[in-house]
Amino acid sequence: MKRLLAGLAGLTLLGALAGWFVTAPQPLDQAERAQRPGDPARGERLFYAGGCASCHAAKGAKGDARLALGGGAPLVTPFGSFQPPNISPGPDGIGNWSLAEFDNAMRRGISPDGRHYYPAFPYSSYARMTPGDIADLFAYLTRLPAVAGKPAAGDIPFPFNIRRGIGLWKRLYLDPAPILALPANAPADVKAGQYLVEGPGHCGECHSQRDGFGGPDRARWLAGAPDPEGKGRIPNITPGKLAWSAAEIADYLKTGFTPDYDSVGGSMVEVQANMAELPDEDRAAIAAYLKAVPTVKP
Amino acid sequence: MMRAVLAAVLATAVILPATVATAGPIEDRKAIMKGNGRDTKMGGDMLKGVTPFDAATANKILANYAAAAKAFPAHFPATSKTGGETEASSAIWSMPADWKIATEKFQKDTVAAAALKPTDAASFGKAFGMVTANCKSCHEGFRIKKS
Repeated sequence: MKRLLAGLAGLTLLGALAGWFVTAPQPLDQAERAQRPGDPARGERLFYAGGCASCHAAKGAKGDARLALGGGAPLVTPFGSFQPPNISPGPDGIGNWSLAEFDNAMRRGISPDGRHYYPAFPYSSYARMTPGDIADLFAYLTRLPAVAGKPAAGDIPFPFNIRRGIGLWKRLYLDPAPILALPANAPADVKAGQYLVEGPGHCGECHSQRDGFGGPDRARWLAGAPDPEGKGRIPNITPGKLAWSAAEIADYLKTGFTPDYDSVGGSMVEVQANMAELPDEDRAAIAAYLKAVPTVKP
Repeated sequence: MMRAVLAAVLATAVILPATVATAGPIEDRKAIMKGNGRDTKMGGDMLKGVTPFDAATANKILANYAAAAKAFPAHFPATSKTGGETEASSAIWSMPADWKIATEKFQKDTVAAAALKPTDAASFGKAFGMVTANCKSCHEGFRIKKS
């Protein structure tokens, strides 16, 4: 009996150790990290492709106020209410961060003090960005105005408040490989669109259904999902539902009007405002990729 | 007598369904937005050069917008929050002050746009832009897409 108990205790300890090990943050290796200082002019494009302001600027901010990234409105989801932090370049934001710390946040979801970020911050998409783009974005962000103050913490109920558990989630879903296996001879614009949509643009975070643990369902990539904020539905944007031409998709991202002159609405208004800031070639690339993704019937 | 009663019954039977089908705030506000969409397509096509610019049509579109904006807010009674596949957000009723600001801005902008009385594509483009900026800003918070 004693031996059995000792064995059980040993197993529990082993389990706990294994659990601690598999949930540990896995920072980027030195060789994987962004090395060179970035170019802020190129970073501006990534700032809009990534939609940073949609979550980190104040709700309803217009014009230059969208560059004040003091932390915006909480993202209210079934998993809890997530508060976007201050990512302005002041001491309350990322002012004291190194490029390596920023890179680990963006591509591994790890804070400078070694904690897991909640995947409401779409690092599982940003993980597909190139090190050079990470450096460029960092260079741009550090030139924006500093904002003082840290927003109040979000409200995450048990068990999602155990950050260490996110380590398991990352084992399941944090994978920098492309979602779609495009043929090697795929057109250049489709490939460029894949990078923008699957990487910085993080379109799949809302347009793809999530499984019970909050990971994207790759078999129904971009096939639409319930609104994560609990109202209405995010549309299917595969060719199974979105019958627009590539030119019409690009035009929608530029103007906010559908081919029938219905207008963009809901949280897509912010997204479209960001997309409108991109060069024409980026919107055309996104459209080319959306025409090339596998059709998923509604 | 009997014949008169029958005729009256028949008349109501014929007229009533038609009245029922068009009445109701959800149907009415949908019809107004459908009209806006039709006008915006017409205006957009002229500005893109798909159809030639026509000043009379352009001014008619702007007049339609102003009439639509004026009529629109009256079609959101508290009894019409759900049903009829409405895409109206509950925020219309839970944030009445914000809703009032948005609908009044739509009215003000459409009146100002119509007053510009554009004579060419450039001036129409300006007026058109003043009106259509309201689409996104209002649909951002007050409309829920269902599909």
